[in-house]
Amino acid sequence: MIDLLQFEFMQRALIAALLVGLAAPAIGTFIVQRRLALLGDGIGHVALTGVALGFLTGTAPVLTAVVVSVLGAVAIELVRERGRTGGDVALALLFYGGIAGGVLLISLAPGGSNSSLLYYLFGSISSVSVEDVWVIALLAVAVLFVVVFFGRELYVLCQDEEVAKTSGLPVRFLSLLIAVTAALTVVIAMRVVGLLLVSALMVVPVATSQQLTRGFRSTMLLAMVFGMIATVSGLTSSFYVKVPSGAIIVVIALGGFVLALGLGRFVRRSRPQESSP
Amino acid sequence: MSGGQVSLDRRPVLRGVDLTIGAGEVVAVLGANGSGKSTLIRALLGLIPLSGGTTLLYGSPPARFRQWWRIGYVPQRLSVGGGVPTTIREVVASGRIARQRRLRLTSAADREATSRALEAVGMADRAGDPVQALSGGQQQRVLIARALAGEPDTFVMDEPTAGVDAQSQQLLADTLTSLVSQGKTVLLVAHELGPLEPLITRAVVLRNGFVCHDGAPPHAVGAHALPGHDHVHPHAADKPLSPLDWRPTP
Repeated sequence: MIDLLQFEFMQRALIAALLVGLAAPAIGTFIVQRRLALLGDGIGHVALTGVALGFLTGTAPVLTAVVVSVLGAVAIELVRERGRTGGDVALALLFYGGIAGGVLLISLAPGGSNSSLLYYLFGSISSVSVEDVWVIALLAVAVLFVVVFFGRELYVLCQDEEVAKTSGLPVRFLSLLIAVTAALTVVIAMRVVGLLLVSALMVVPVATSQQLTRGFRSTMLLAMVFGMIATVSGLTSSFYVKVPSGAIIVVIALGGFVLALGLGRFVRRSRPQESSP
Repeated sequence: MSGGQVSLDRRPVLRGVDLTIGAGEVVAVLGANGSGKSTLIRALLGLIPLSGGTTLLYGSPPARFRQWWRIGYVPQRLSVGGGVPTTIREVVASGRIARQRRLRLTSAADREATSRALEAVGMADRAGDPVQALSGGQQQRVLIARALAGEPDTFVMDEPTAGVDAQSQQLLADTLTSLVSQGKTVLLVAHELGPLEPLITRAVVLRNGFVCHDGAPPHAVGAHALPGHDHVHPHAADKPLSPLDWRPTP
């Protein structure tokens, strides 16, 4: 671990990994509670168009990805709010549009090819620049700020939208807030695990932690711990064994889930009166 | 609370309902399945848009209503969402939301109200348990506790007795008794009244989207045998449409 910290690119990568491991499960808890586990995937697909747009226009891909994925997230939320039926089809259309748009735009960009997209699709944390770290840190703070500041309201919203309405909460604003925060999380996690695996960091640590906890707050906090363990240990092992960091991070997270599943069964069995009516 | 007129959900569900609930009343909305009972109270709260007519909460339309802490809504069932565990205390404490400000930490008053609400429904000893592990009747009690925690003036309950065991029904009746003695207003939807019957001061019976009885609670039989006459309440605020004039859109 010490020799690994001698490399500056590893220091930057570790900071990015920690921040992503912290922020993604925090907002992920609300998203899972809202039954929107695939929202991150959807935004990830759309963000690819944003990345390609950055290459095409010569601006930083992270910035264009923020803009496009926020727009995409708002669109997804509006579709979700409108349609009870056909909503999933509309979402699917948006996903395909995102990928196709990304591949199309990158081919138009000067010197661009699908291989430049690969870094974003699968992540390449070791190529994180100083500016990237700043952007990631800023966005992570924004995500955590939303969770702390609006957490109580988001909890009610994710529990029951009608109760949120009759409590006088700004339901539409909060729904958009969740979508936009998810979009920001996708962009910060994109460099670490890649757009195709972004959602894993928002969902898997939450799924892991809910095997072991009884409360919402404790689920979220434990998920954040699990998220950081997965990103940091994944990054470290990708340094020693030549494997892509994104994939190993997600595999570690999934391994944690399987362990927690078994452990959770055991814990619940030792609490016999809990399931009694 | 002064309430509304016509509500459509593609097909007409409420075909012109005039209803005013006065402070301190305990009103039960009765009727067969599909008669529009739940639709009525959801429309009253502004959860479903009206296709005609108006609904007012303490004198203002729901979109401009700002005193939501005065209303405690108890939905039909607890939605456990995407499966993230949550404790009974967390759910009940969230009932304080309409009284809390952002960035203000949970106050001692919040905590006391939460504990009192848990106490009232007999769930204090289980506050740390996940709601997912509870039976239907117990979840109903948690929902009621959540509304109690907000200390509202008016309780709006959607089928609080449906699928609830006898013990929880009795507990609900006891809870309502104490609310009524504090002068709270209660509007509830019920399929059958059970132990709540002696508490009800007024019954509104819906049939085919019309109010077919509004007055003293119908005892035992008779509710369904009532003729389908429309009982227009005299002090309904404004009536853009009279129920008798109303024609469903083709």
